Amino acid sequence: MMGLPIVIIITMFPSIMFPSPTRLINNRLISIQQWLVQLTSKQMLSIHNQKGQTWALMLMSLILFIGSTNLLGLLPHSFTPTTQLSLNLGMAIPLWAGTVITGFRHKTKASLAHFLPQGTPLPLIPMLIIIETISLFIQPMALAVRLTANITAGHLLIHLIGGATLALMNISTITAMVTFTILVLLTILEFAVALIQAYVFTLLVSLYLHDNT
Amino acid sequence: MASVVCVFRSSFSVPLKEKKLLDVKLGELPSWILMRDFTPKGIAGAFQRGYYRYYNKYVNVKKGGVAGISMVLAAYVVFNYFRCYKELKHERLRKYH
Repeated sequence: MMGLPIVIIITMFPSIMFPSPTRLINNRLISIQQWLVQLTSKQMLSIHNQKGQTWALMLMSLILFIGSTNLLGLLPHSFTPTTQLSLNLGMAIPLWAGTVITGFRHKTKASLAHFLPQGTPLPLIPMLIIIETISLFIQPMALAVRLTANITAGHLLIHLIGGATLALMNISTITAMVTFTILVLLTILEFAVALIQAYVFTLLVSLYLHDNT
Repeated sequence: MASVVCVFRSSFSVPLKEKKLLDVKLGELPSWILMRDFTPKGIAGAFQRGYYRYYNKYVNVKKGGVAGISMVLAAYVVFNYFRCYKELKHERLRKYH
């Protein structure tokens, strides 16, 4: 009963970490965030044309949301909204559908032409169109499931190895030290994974966008 | 939390509604609490004032450090601990649970 409202507050919590700039020269927190956002947006939007660059706000807020949510999930006892498939599907399906529909509206022939790669032998064409359609419809599912599975698997590994370290401490301290080293390395990996997953999600959305603008 | 504080305290006193909490006498406390603004707009205003009070003191300074956000993250960890306490109770090291 109390679960749903608290989850909503926890999902909105990362937004507090990003204050909006009010002046020309801001405090250190905002300056660091501004620098990172400019760095990422320049790199991510360099491949798009004029039309694709209208998606800049969407892509940057996406990468900030996923990155901050994943990183906050590494704190002890915290709840990570991106482990829930429902949230990831809710992010992936509308974004993917937006790119596909943009493509169909503005460049109908080119979008349909994506279904058939160049230079295929004539007998293979029907099968290849079916395969391309399936691969198109799998894109949002893959986006959502990739993010869910990676973050969930990372959290699960941390829980299990941490529990193993605690259990082994009474039995054999040396094995516990080894397990603890594994835990430290895993946590470093999880920090990287948190950021990388955000990046991958956003990059793929931007690629789908590039194909369709 | 209007901060209208009279300059001439000796000549006339501030009305109860506009006193700050530390100026309210103990006997006046229940009536002070009842006079507070509990509408959604009032509660939102209270959250906004609290947020800006913390932000301007610890983050929005010329040479802010890591303390500003780490206090927020520590409070977040404690909040989540309270949230999970029911399940964590069973994982304590006790002979009889």
